[in-house]
Amino acid sequence: MRDPMTERVRVKTLMPPGHVRTPAYLRGKTGVVERVLGPFGNPEKLAYMLEADQQPLYRVRFTMREVWGDGAENPDDTLDAEIYAHWLERV
Amino acid sequence: MPHDHHDHLSPSGHPFREDNDVPLSYWQRMEIAVRELMIEKGHVTPEEIALQIDAMDARNPANGAAVVARAWTDQNFRVRLLEDASAASREMGFDIGPMRLIAVENTARVHNLIVCTLCSCYPRNLLGLPPDWYKTRAYRSRAVIEPRAVLREFGLDLPDDVQVRVHDSTADMRYIVLPARPEGTDGMEANALAKLVTRDSMIGTGLPRTP
Repeated sequence: MRDPMTERVRVKTLMPPGHVRTPAYLRGKTGVVERVLGPFGNPEKLAYMLEADQQPLYRVRFTMREVWGDGAENPDDTLDAEIYAHWLERV
Repeated sequence: MPHDHHDHLSPSGHPFREDNDVPLSYWQRMEIAVRELMIEKGHVTPEEIALQIDAMDARNPANGAAVVARAWTDQNFRVRLLEDASAASREMGFDIGPMRLIAVENTARVHNLIVCTLCSCYPRNLLGLPPDWYKTRAYRSRAVIEPRAVLREFGLDLPDDVQVRVHDSTADMRYIVLPARPEGTDGMEANALAKLVTRDSMIGTGLPRTP
């Protein structure tokens, strides 16, 4: 993920149990990397006081069209969220 | 939505909140147990805990307003703020702890709105405690589904040519909106400008006041 805003990524459609910080409404949605942050400790481990791997964190920008489909309030408005690398796949 | 709350009026017209006559939750009991143990074992004193609560309560939106006003009056600071809002806040002398802050800028074409859909992440270290409505399920879900409808309820009716950018604080970053400097403020100094910067204008649910 070298070039933010050109790198297209999809949020994985995993549904693991326990503490995750990837909102369900974004799973399976495609966006672009707005900026690269991190690395940060994996919250899925930190939440249980387990030894946490370090994960790069990405700010991913989605269009409302992508998130909500035809029902979007305004399709060209955007939504940015922070998603950890292990939840993303390149498109 | 701005006025959603759980207060009621008593028969004599006084607002009140219903008594929480329910058993303590698991985590409330855990907090009390850990706190009492730490006091018993001499790690902290009740005075230190009270002082820390005071310190948390002392943080308020005036800190963020000072940062915004500085960005309006100092172009170089504005650039630094947008690049690294944590460093810029510390540069102004605010003790924001380990908080990682991102500032997002409103322009004539872009309006930013902050939400935390998963819980209630908020830049407390700079703005103080979040308003009650910020933590409600209604705000947290509607801000991402229909931000323009939410903004209209806050009195902000944005034209179609202004793009709304919603920022969901899902992980380690916290956000503050750098609102656009209001018209009619030419020549005003930072101290006076800061008084125009409202809490809601830094969440994105409002605009700064005009002089």
